[in-house]
Amino acid sequence: MHPLLVRQLTLAALILACTLPVYAKDTGYLFVSSEKDNHITVLDGKTYAVVKRIGTAARPRHLQFNPDHTQIYVAAGDGKAIDVIDVAKLELVDRIGEIDDPELFDLSPDGKTLYISLEDDGALGILDLDEYFAKREGKPDLTVAEAAPEGDTSEAEDDAADDDEKEGEAKEGETKEGESEEDEQLPGMTTVEVGEEPEGILVSPDGKIAYVTSEVANTVHVVDTASKEIKANIVVGNRPRRFALTPDQKELWVSNELSSSISILDPASQKLIETITFLPPGFRAEDVTPVGITLSKDGKTAIVALGRANHVAFVDVASRKVTHYVLVGKRAWNTTLNKDDSLLFVVNGLSDDLSIIDVASRKVLKSVPIARVPHTVLIDD
Amino acid sequence: MISRFLVKVLLVKLLLVISLVWALPSYADDFTIGYLQLEKDPRYSKKQSFARYLLGSLGRPYAGAEVALKESKFHASGIGASFKLEQVKGKDTAALLASLKTMNAQGVQFFLLDLPADAINELATATKGQSLVLFNVSAREDRLRQAQCQAHLFHTIPNYAMLTDALAQYLVFRKWKEILVLSGQQPDDLELNQAFKRSAKRYGLDIDADRPFALGNDPRQRDQNNTSLLTANADYDVIFVADTKGEFARSLPYASVKPQLVVGAEGLAPVAWHWAWERHGAPQLENRFEAQADRPMRDADWAAWMAVKAIAEAVQRTQSRDFAVLSKHLQSEELVLDGFKGNRLNFRPWDHQLRQPLLLATHNWVVERAPLEGFLHQLNNLDALGFDQPETQCKF
Repeated sequence: MHPLLVRQLTLAALILACTLPVYAKDTGYLFVSSEKDNHITVLDGKTYAVVKRIGTAARPRHLQFNPDHTQIYVAAGDGKAIDVIDVAKLELVDRIGEIDDPELFDLSPDGKTLYISLEDDGALGILDLDEYFAKREGKPDLTVAEAAPEGDTSEAEDDAADDDEKEGEAKEGETKEGESEEDEQLPGMTTVEVGEEPEGILVSPDGKIAYVTSEVANTVHVVDTASKEIKANIVVGNRPRRFALTPDQKELWVSNELSSSISILDPASQKLIETITFLPPGFRAEDVTPVGITLSKDGKTAIVALGRANHVAFVDVASRKVTHYVLVGKRAWNTTLNKDDSLLFVVNGLSDDLSIIDVASRKVLKSVPIARVPHTVLIDD
Repeated sequence: MISRFLVKVLLVKLLLVISLVWALPSYADDFTIGYLQLEKDPRYSKKQSFARYLLGSLGRPYAGAEVALKESKFHASGIGASFKLEQVKGKDTAALLASLKTMNAQGVQFFLLDLPADAINELATATKGQSLVLFNVSAREDRLRQAQCQAHLFHTIPNYAMLTDALAQYLVFRKWKEILVLSGQQPDDLELNQAFKRSAKRYGLDIDADRPFALGNDPRQRDQNNTSLLTANADYDVIFVADTKGEFARSLPYASVKPQLVVGAEGLAPVAWHWAWERHGAPQLENRFEAQADRPMRDADWAAWMAVKAIAEAVQRTQSRDFAVLSKHLQSEELVLDGFKGNRLNFRPWDHQLRQPLLLATHNWVVERAPLEGFLHQLNNLDALGFDQPETQCKF
């Protein structure tokens, strides 16, 4: 073939490729992680038809976009990794491992640092992504996990690794967990010891503070990201789970799964200022287990997923009043709003589906089957 | 003479003050929790744990308390203290009582008792009315919650009546209502059998026959030690075996005349904790315990863990180390404890037994969690398990 022709053809192909819909931004796609089927379900944002299922490392849970929405980070708990999905290609393109049982994480505003709750270590992991990618020894194997058989938690594959660790530790005697793992830590990773079972993480918009809940210590730790030290410990309700920060940054909301409540903290004074409790009609307090919190973009409305109570609550932020309880699927944990706040998406972990709610009328428009134990939903719009 | 006597008295007093001051620092910044156990306790014999009986233990529950201590490193920061455990191993109840009194005089007011029921009853009776709280972490006997109950004695381990209620709910749910009961003749076994009879009546199960079993091979006792003879000539859906030790119970599955399932001490057992429970964050607690103890967690381990957590929760919520404030919070319905079994837990005001869901488990799986769906209670569904307020015999 003539070299010029080749060049022209290449150029044409490039132009064509750029105009293909898969390369468009704001695809409107919904991304839902499935803990037991080990994949991310991609749904069309209008028809809610399944576009693709992207396999990941075992037990994908929390999902988050990078700042320009070109990538999605996926915490894969049993796969001991944070997977990276390319939004345009809808493919798994990279993997950050070995991270022990990552559950939730947040990104710094510049997208360069990952803050990860390391549940089994009782620590906040701070991972400098540039340093990690520069120093790591080659790209990890991107093998995806098979869907787990019914009733399986995919823990079997971890056993060998756990046993090795234990033998090592037993010889050293009373070595602290944190210390022995220091040596084998990822390049770019530092840790801050917090209460057991750290869960929810939120990085302040200026990137200076990371808030971490400890489910076991009933505490919100305020961590200075520069010095990597705990600046304050704020006692909240029992089993604190997730955060949301109001757009004016004057209130930090924390869900307390076992206290059926939300604690509202003042980030400036680092004090608890108010508590809102939830009780949908006909329920008992012990069946109301709030987890996910989503705030509307104007900061006027908060939406709280009530877990076992199978409802989401709409809260008027100013008056602290619950204005509506909306029935959704079983064990509603995580929620997200679309760009103009007209639609609310609720993930139901125990009915394996997604409820789609019209925010204006507070009516459930549709519920869409996803996969086994869906965890988090994101929308690219 | 007089002056010499005075000097002597003063000297003694001075020494006393010095020794007191000396003793104080060890408890000043620490919030010490006492842990009392017997040097020799047949419940933890090697032979017993080797057999891995479903209702038995795999080791001393102290490891559970240690895990809870690690989890509570932030709970006392508000009062500028940190929790500490002081483990005492006594050769008998008298020795333990002496240790308890010494520690109490030094300011320790919360104690975990990993002791058999009789020893717990003795210690609780001897300390009645004093400013201290005792947590029973391993004795399941109903009498400690009924006739022998004490206001300062709290129970984190579920009692027999709770266990048999959980099992009865499951049998009713399955419509396995005809029961053959095989019961040991030791006092504990008879108590468990008694508890099952109460549950059967409460939930409408029909006990077709109640037969005593005996261990051994004596041909003269074969009607009691031969599983074929024991399980013949009766009409039953399941066999309930009341065997708190477990040695007979483990020989029963696959050895009955009819291919009916065994429940109770073997087959399907009601337990407070099981390593295979996957929900409510349970695997994380199980992992922490196994890292500490190198073995799976069992009921008493969980109960010891829960007792320390209850103390830590009271300190964190009240931001106090005042005994009256803490013991009031422990008894309050406001107390919220996270047992990693889903529900929020607290102590029943009428007998200070910890309300809690129970697991119906085989050796490697949890079949159901009780209270089962559909078994309701007018106030708290957890009170469908064990002695509810109207039937309590406890008077503080």
